[in-house]
Amino acid sequence: MDDALVIAGKRFGSRLLIGTGKYPSHEVMKRCHEASGAEIVTVAVRRLDLNAKGEASLLHWIDTRRVTLLPNTALCYTADDAVRTCRLAAELGMSRWVKLEVLGDERTLFPDVEQTVTAARTLVKEGFTVLPYTSDDPVTARKLEDAGCAAVMPLAAPIGSGLGIRNPHNIRLIRETVKVPVIVDAGVGTASDVAIAMELGCDGVLLNTAVAGAKDPVGMAQAMKLAVEAGRLAFLSGRIPRKAYGSASSPIEGLVD
Amino acid sequence: MTLLVNGVRREVTDGLTVAALVAELAIRGRVAVELNGEVLRQAQHPEVHLRDGDALEVVTFVGGGA
Repeated sequence: MDDALVIAGKRFGSRLLIGTGKYPSHEVMKRCHEASGAEIVTVAVRRLDLNAKGEASLLHWIDTRRVTLLPNTALCYTADDAVRTCRLAAELGMSRWVKLEVLGDERTLFPDVEQTVTAARTLVKEGFTVLPYTSDDPVTARKLEDAGCAAVMPLAAPIGSGLGIRNPHNIRLIRETVKVPVIVDAGVGTASDVAIAMELGCDGVLLNTAVAGAKDPVGMAQAMKLAVEAGRLAFLSGRIPRKAYGSASSPIEGLVD
Repeated sequence: MTLLVNGVRREVTDGLTVAALVAELAIRGRVAVELNGEVLRQAQHPEVHLRDGDALEVVTFVGGGA
């Protein structure tokens, strides 16, 4: 069955997107990436540590022939800072794909959707393929699609919280509202959260801490891979309607006396 | 002359190019450079001569998700 995830015309065999932060080591991160099967990997753009001479670069641990790098604008709080970060990322030469993230609150890390839409418009004009992190609000999702974003990425819950999908109804509404892929980004804690996102009809899930912070990160990476696949297959297969009362699956007739 | 590189003052020889500065920093792997708030294209690195007081941001990819 061909069930590729298509973003901006590019096909991906995996519907899981994974980050590169907070792993116990680069070695563990590499093994997690392999176990996850993810073909899109997010990275951050930061000042070079001028005292860490000779330290192997992050890209040494990422198979850039196999995966698409998705530089992020993590911890940017204005559209201008996010755009600046994307321009720098582009000069790093790996791709013009960006995970746009403009935050509006330091405690919850909720997005500033007004600044996000502003930045998205500028970046699309400059030829970037923009995948924006956003709130679970269908109206903002539509504005981002109208701005030319290649996908929309609503949060399940605050970044790194592991709370799972707080508002499944809104996520479903977003899926109904936009035509571009919907990728749940941030807040999942375990495999069932990922499966629920996919069962709601989402096109993918982006996660980091749920794997990197697990007791066995490599095991959790594999669990997330399976959860994405299971949830997607369940969505495509069509779940039964919920019923209020019992309904036996064995025949009522022919019971022995 | 004195530059401000990633927020730290640094003494360098006059007229140094951006490419020469990057080489001097002994960086492994690719970096992007912003000079006085303007992102430089990679092709500009060997061409742009730095001036006293220039502020540079030298960035690279690091681990991160969101």
